[in-house]
Amino acid sequence: MTEPIIEADQVGYAYGKGPAALTDVSLAVHAGRNVALVGESGAGKTTLLRLLLGLTRPTSGVIRHAGEPLTRDRLPGYRRAVQAVFQDPYSSLDPRQRIARIVAEPLRGLGLGADPVRVAEALTAVGLPEDAGRRYPHEFSGGQRQRIAIARAIVCHPRLLLADEPVSALDLTTRVRIVDLLASLCAERDLTILLISHDLGVVAELCEHTAVLQRGRIVEQGATREVLRAPAHPYTKALLAGVPRLPEAAQPR
Amino acid sequence: MTLLVVSGLTVRDQAGTVLVEDVSFTVEAGERIGLIGESGSGKSLTALAVAGLLPPGITATGTALIDGVDIIAAPVDMISASEKARTGVRGKIVSTVFQEPLTALDPLMTAGRQIAVPLRRFRGLRGSALRAAVGAALDEVRLTDTDRIAGSYPHQLSGGQRQRVAIAMALACRPRLLIADEPTTALDVTVQAEILDLLDSLVAAHGSALLFITHDLPVAARVARHTHVLRSGRIVESGPIAELITAPVHEYTRTLVAAARRFDAALEGLTRD
Repeated sequence: MTEPIIEADQVGYAYGKGPAALTDVSLAVHAGRNVALVGESGAGKTTLLRLLLGLTRPTSGVIRHAGEPLTRDRLPGYRRAVQAVFQDPYSSLDPRQRIARIVAEPLRGLGLGADPVRVAEALTAVGLPEDAGRRYPHEFSGGQRQRIAIARAIVCHPRLLLADEPVSALDLTTRVRIVDLLASLCAERDLTILLISHDLGVVAELCEHTAVLQRGRIVEQGATREVLRAPAHPYTKALLAGVPRLPEAAQPR
Repeated sequence: MTLLVVSGLTVRDQAGTVLVEDVSFTVEAGERIGLIGESGSGKSLTALAVAGLLPPGITATGTALIDGVDIIAAPVDMISASEKARTGVRGKIVSTVFQEPLTALDPLMTAGRQIAVPLRRFRGLRGSALRAAVGAALDEVRLTDTDRIAGSYPHQLSGGQRQRVAIAMALACRPRLLIADEPTTALDVTVQAEILDLLDSLVAAHGSALLFITHDLPVAARVARHTHVLRSGRIVESGPIAELITAPVHEYTRTLVAAARRFDAALEGLTRD
């Protein structure tokens, strides 16, 4: 198999002198193979995301990007290849800035210049009208704001999108549209997603590989199909059993 | 007598924009009614209007009779309705559980003291009887180690524990109607399943009626029976939830069902051969 885009190798992390938030976590994301990181509050999902984003350094173990350990001087190139989308589209967009400026932020940060053509292309790619760039975040609904956040993440054509619960704050019908958007971006832009989610339906829809995190440890990982069909760990079973589903459809009339 | 009669409920904001329009429904004693709608559908405003808890500036017209008391007494302005009459209804006859227990609970009060407030006020309990009732209320929501929980502040509790405390508080005075507004949306999947089971069994045990509000059709299907689908402030379809799911008539209900089915199917497709 080719070199993973990003890889956590036996990573451990503790906040200050506190107990370990992550223990011996090994996870690799290969191009074209979306990975889901599943777990509940306090499992360490967001801590792992911070390490993968290079915002914090692991206490033990190593994070690798394209085979090389992630070090400070490699961060700029890394930022271009890896971008993030967060859960709450109401807090992740600066309310005082126009959409065009918000979406251009990674371009400015990477010294690529706030190219309006690239911004317009990103806005079109996420299905927003071209005039969206002149407007402000409060003029958009939750689903549209999440599209804006996604446009910002893909404007520099990253290879990997770290998506932290990108649809859990959205209504069900909006969720379907954003999941469709993410799937089409993967297909059209050679993009791979590391999805953090507790929604197994979304995971089943988007990701080929699933890792289950509980109390800072990966308790189970493998092909999503295998993990969900025959969960080995009791925690995975509990997650699967907890998913609210509609009652079976009656006979069609 | 019908426990709750809402008729012609219309809610407007300060600018006069109609947020909820001509909503009517009833809740019989012991019945479980679902209100389903997405962001901006007016489902929470409907719940707040019924509980007499609309924020300042938001006005309601129409009637909402709880046990014969009109919560929207003055026809034009909610605020001029007699607060006293409404206070007599809240807690005793109707109580509410909201989405975010961290904001619903007072951060400066221990869980035990918060649960004691309605018990003291409405059931007149004092001293050891009050302490025993607080312990019983925590027991009932299946919290173990009740002494420690009673002495804890909200920030010392997990999300699931907080929501259990909020439910204990809401049910402490045996209300005849419990309004639950997205009570599990902020919770993890496994905790959500536990809280839904808990609500289900407590409402059944007490014979309380339930007005269950959510955007999540599969969640509603677990606890609600007769259900109204709200969109842009209006009820677009009503019926037993099983029928809404299997044979939705309105276009919007169909979209909701299709969205829920989509993720169910993805999961089914993987977990079955």
